Amino acid sequence: MSTAQRTDGERVDAIRATEAPRIRWGAGLETAAAWLLGLLWILPLAYAVWTAFHPGEYSTRFELGAPLTLQNFVNAWNAAPFARYFLNTFVLVTMILAAQLVLCTLAAYAFARFEFRGRDLAFFLVLLQLMVMPDVLIVENYSTMNALGLRDTIVAIGLPYFASAFGIFLLRQTFKTVPRELDEAARVEGANALQVLMKVYVPLARPVYLAYALVSVSHHWNNFLWPLIVTSSVETRPLTVGLQVFSSTDQGVDWSIITAATLMTSAPLLVGFLLFQRQFVQSFMRAGIR
Amino acid sequence: MTAFRPSVQAQITGWLLLLPALALLAMFTHWPAVATAWHSFFSTPKGSRPAVFVGLENYQLMLEDDVFWQALWNNFWFALGTIPTSIAIAIAMALWVNGRIAGRGFLRMAYFTPTVLPMIAVANIWLFFYTPQYGLLEQITGALGFPSHNWLGDRHTVLGATIVVAIWKEAGFFMIFYLAALQQISPTLGEAAALEGASRWQYFRRVLFPLLMPTTLFVLINALINSVRMVDHIFVMTRGGPDNASALLLYYIYQVGFSFWDSAYAAALTVVVLTILGVTAFVKFRFLDRRTHYQ
Repeated sequence: MSTAQRTDGERVDAIRATEAPRIRWGAGLETAAAWLLGLLWILPLAYAVWTAFHPGEYSTRFELGAPLTLQNFVNAWNAAPFARYFLNTFVLVTMILAAQLVLCTLAAYAFARFEFRGRDLAFFLVLLQLMVMPDVLIVENYSTMNALGLRDTIVAIGLPYFASAFGIFLLRQTFKTVPRELDEAARVEGANALQVLMKVYVPLARPVYLAYALVSVSHHWNNFLWPLIVTSSVETRPLTVGLQVFSSTDQGVDWSIITAATLMTSAPLLVGFLLFQRQFVQSFMRAGIR
Repeated sequence: MTAFRPSVQAQITGWLLLLPALALLAMFTHWPAVATAWHSFFSTPKGSRPAVFVGLENYQLMLEDDVFWQALWNNFWFALGTIPTSIAIAIAMALWVNGRIAGRGFLRMAYFTPTVLPMIAVANIWLFFYTPQYGLLEQITGALGFPSHNWLGDRHTVLGATIVVAIWKEAGFFMIFYLAALQQISPTLGEAAALEGASRWQYFRRVLFPLLMPTTLFVLINALINSVRMVDHIFVMTRGGPDNASALLLYYIYQVGFSFWDSAYAAALTVVVLTILGVTAFVKFRFLDRRTHYQ
């Protein structure tokens, strides 16, 4: 009995001895590949960080003892009106997000819970914007802004994005999952359509709002082409355009200062991402599931 | 009966709720799309001379315009170079980050970080990376004994260099969608496959990849749209050069519309882009969304 068991055990051991290293080998190889890719992915950014935090003479020389400095950031900050650019971008993303939240909530509510003639056609017209984005309609939208007298204003940068098909779609999907009983219960208590929306639907959709807000803010913080076209002064330029103007004309090739400026303009998003990594990734995931 | 015929009040409320969003959409998406097509049949108004109807002249001009064809081909190669590679990398990233790998937190952060950065910032970082003599790339290739090469200054390598940047920026973004899809797949499938003696690669090819197909199609559409829309990096890195070797369609539209101020020709070029996007949309709605993502 005991001998038989031992042989069984020995056989298992023998199998393990031949199988395990192969599996461990494969897993080890994959881990190595994953890490190699990870390091490769972080490398350009790490390089920029190195350059920005060291004096110019070390920007392309890598020595462990190289002195750290914030002087590049100070120089960049003083060389262009970055404070103003930050303010402009902040106003821009806040304005866009506020408008989007209101407009998309109302429209999504209509699509999710109201029966009206032409609803399907209207929904199709909304979805069209997922394909034909304002980003490519720059020529016409520019002349529209001209006609409205809005050229070179922060409102003009945001206006084409106020009604977001993506936001409407996302919130409609969410509102549809709200049980109708909750809706009806509120109506029985005498709440009107808007009160039902604010008391029942909006609170239940809070995680989706957070997800949408993160995606929207990071998208419009980073937007470049349309603001470049429609703005022409320091008072309206967002950070992306300001950075481009700064690094293409003012600086020649002082890389330390340009990379410092580059990191500075991305810093709020980057720091926000590093602090709230989990929420960021989950938000993008939530926004991505359709 | 009221259940079948919507009440007047519901009709009015529904439309009122929808009106603000739809008005803005009409003004900045639908109207400009139609107006672009309309204006492409007219000449560009100059000074006191108003626009006149010229029929297909702008399109004729386009057919003979070498820069247009170059930008169109560049865009094609840009899409072809970017999309399959970034999707493959995104799948690998998602599989790794989804599994039990050492340092998962760091890896997820490393993969995803480029997504958060503005494309303008990304382009600045990579411009420095590619700089002849000083850039990190030159230092590495130099240390390995390769001759110096101006990646962005050579018309044969400039498009490839921008493709690498686009892949770097996008793969982490696509990873998110795969990560979301992988988390919906039951782990018992993997256990069953392991019991059957399937290798990890077989499990991936026969089980995971087919299950991920809807995600792949979704990402594919997104990537296609992005390859038309993503031009920010060109402003920083190459300005379309050398010899238009890195010009993409939208960048060319910008040049024609806002450097040469030829709005009629820019409209005709925009129609080409809208057609590409329209065909994509048609394929998406007609074939891919059959399985009612939207209901």
